Amino acid sequence: MIPRQLIIGVTVLLLAVLGMSAYVWRMRRHAAALPAVSADTRPLAPPVAGPTEQVTLFVAHDEDGSLRPQAAQIPLPSGRQERAQELLRSLLALYLDKSSTHPLASGAEVRSVFLVDPGVAVIDLNGAFADGHRSGVLVEDLTIASLIHTISANTPGILKVRILVDGKERETLAGHADLSDFYDVTAVNQLSSQLASAQ
Amino acid sequence: MPSTRRTLRAGGPPALRRASHAPGRSLPPVAVFVLVTLCAILLSGAAPEKHLSVYSTAANYSLPVVQRDGHDYVGLLELLEPLGTVNAKADGPRWRLRYNRVEGDFQTGKNRARIQGRDADLPAAFLVENGRGLIPVAALGVLLPRFLGGPVSLHEDSERLFIGSVATHFTASLAADNPARLVFHFTSPVNPFVSTEPGALRLTFGREPVVAPASPTLTFGSKTIPSATYSESNGTAIITVNSTAPVMASFSSDGRTVTISPTSAAAAAAQNAPTSAAPGTLGTQPQSSSAPNTPAQPVPRHYFAVVDAAHGGDDRGETLSSTLVEKDVTLILARSLRQELESRGISTLVLRDSDANLTLEQRAIVSNTNHAAIYISLHAASIGHGVRIYTALLPSGGDDRGPFHSWTTSQRTSLPLSQNTAASVATEMQKRQIPVRTLTAPLRPLNNVTAAALAVELAPQGSDVMQLTAPDYQQLVTSAVATAIAAARDNLGAAQ
Repeated sequence: MIPRQLIIGVTVLLLAVLGMSAYVWRMRRHAAALPAVSADTRPLAPPVAGPTEQVTLFVAHDEDGSLRPQAAQIPLPSGRQERAQELLRSLLALYLDKSSTHPLASGAEVRSVFLVDPGVAVIDLNGAFADGHRSGVLVEDLTIASLIHTISANTPGILKVRILVDGKERETLAGHADLSDFYDVTAVNQLSSQLASAQ
Repeated sequence: MPSTRRTLRAGGPPALRRASHAPGRSLPPVAVFVLVTLCAILLSGAAPEKHLSVYSTAANYSLPVVQRDGHDYVGLLELLEPLGTVNAKADGPRWRLRYNRVEGDFQTGKNRARIQGRDADLPAAFLVENGRGLIPVAALGVLLPRFLGGPVSLHEDSERLFIGSVATHFTASLAADNPARLVFHFTSPVNPFVSTEPGALRLTFGREPVVAPASPTLTFGSKTIPSATYSESNGTAIITVNSTAPVMASFSSDGRTVTISPTSAAAAAAQNAPTSAAPGTLGTQPQSSSAPNTPAQPVPRHYFAVVDAAHGGDDRGETLSSTLVEKDVTLILARSLRQELESRGISTLVLRDSDANLTLEQRAIVSNTNHAAIYISLHAASIGHGVRIYTALLPSGGDDRGPFHSWTTSQRTSLPLSQNTAASVATEMQKRQIPVRTLTAPLRPLNNVTAAALAVELAPQGSDVMQLTAPDYQQLVTSAVATAIAAARDNLGAAQ
């Protein structure tokens, strides 16, 4: 004879298990229905208008693993820091385009650029940039070299560059490229020279 | 205070807690102490794990030896696996094995086996444990030639097995210099583990098929290096050089020559010593407390190369396809590279030999503390084609201050050597028609490694990412890396 309280206890537990299973199943369906990337893709700053200037962007090409200079006419503000910021946003606009040669994740953005004397630039990327970046030594190498060479080639006096993500230090970009220290611009420009030749 | 004692007992180990609640059965503290001490003594005195070292033209490897009924046994399948195509099947008490085209039939508990239709007597019973066929080590000398079709030499006491003519012989001669130098010439490159103790330097050959000279004791008639002895035990060969002064070993001729010479202080003492010095003076002078500086002892190197399978555990690396992640490819590559390096006589440590989490710091620390001559990090990628070889792109700053070296730029002094080695690896890749590029990368822990450090990123040659798992392609790449490192062995070894 099974005690009555045991039967009641087991029944209650079974009901609880069934209830929890139904709840988990419902939550999973709900999570699956959400878009894969929930990053905020709204622009952070208004588009810059006014007279354009010719700059050189160093653009990564995944098909042959190269970094090539590309002339561009873009409107640039007068402030040195704002110019650097706009420069990188123009570079990212190329990468976010449908015909990108080095696609970045949707919503990738440069939050801000700080120019700190003497010769230090801090590039603050948003989370979508790093979280959605493809993993690989070469592909991350290309991104780093592209950002740093573009900013240093068009903003004289930059000797060191630090990359932050959402204003915070991060160990790597996407598992490979080290973000824990300052980049030496000379060393990165040498890397850019190596990357100038296609594989 | 009594309440404190109660609390302590309640929080103690369960076994002790149970004992404390059993009046009359509790162990007095002295008895517990004696038990723990006895366990410690027994554990410390436990015999080291026995290994059988196997030397062949295909591979040098070692297998664990187990003892059953007073006899040493090894797994027959594991023994033959690196040598050819082999499969085994347990069928009740019978255990059948097929090696290439040779069939063997064994029965558990029986002292007789049947190979290619012919009986063979075993010195002890064949055993099957969990489907694994165990063969007495003593039987290998008779049994293996039937499977392999060639000569086999078994050093049963020292658990060393030589398949074919693979033995490395050596000669020892004393160079008539002041101070004396003892020069060993080996018929193949060697990379022994070097250790020193007062009055002796020991060369331990774990992976090289070094065999005994005509006499196990060699005498040289030198006061500084009077003799050397050869011995074998537990899968290793050991040459012990007896000396009356501190000595060190140096390698040359691509690892074929090992020179034992007094350390610089001992050498200086020998040269400054009056010619009428009494015997034994050489040995005592370097140990004088008035010596201004004791020279640095040669750093013991456990492994020549450290191979790092990048990523692992929670860090999957790049998702190469729906079924393939980078961490799995790098692990297979690392094992392949270890085999290629070791087949060239280069002792190799694979940093991550399982799906384990390892931090970047841990990887660099293991390489640095082992004083490896080269560190190779392996990566895989879906983008591009062929192989990319990276050296460190050092971060800004990290200035060294006197004897203190910056962790972030530890690689700085070795960077030229890393770049030279990367160029050598690229040349070997080109010889094999593999598209290759040499680049720098901000890739940790390359910048934290004190030795030469490379990263090798493997991409498919075409568009099919599954080529990354193809053994032929992997072996082509790892053999190129190993050949280049073997060629640069002298430069890499001298740099440490």
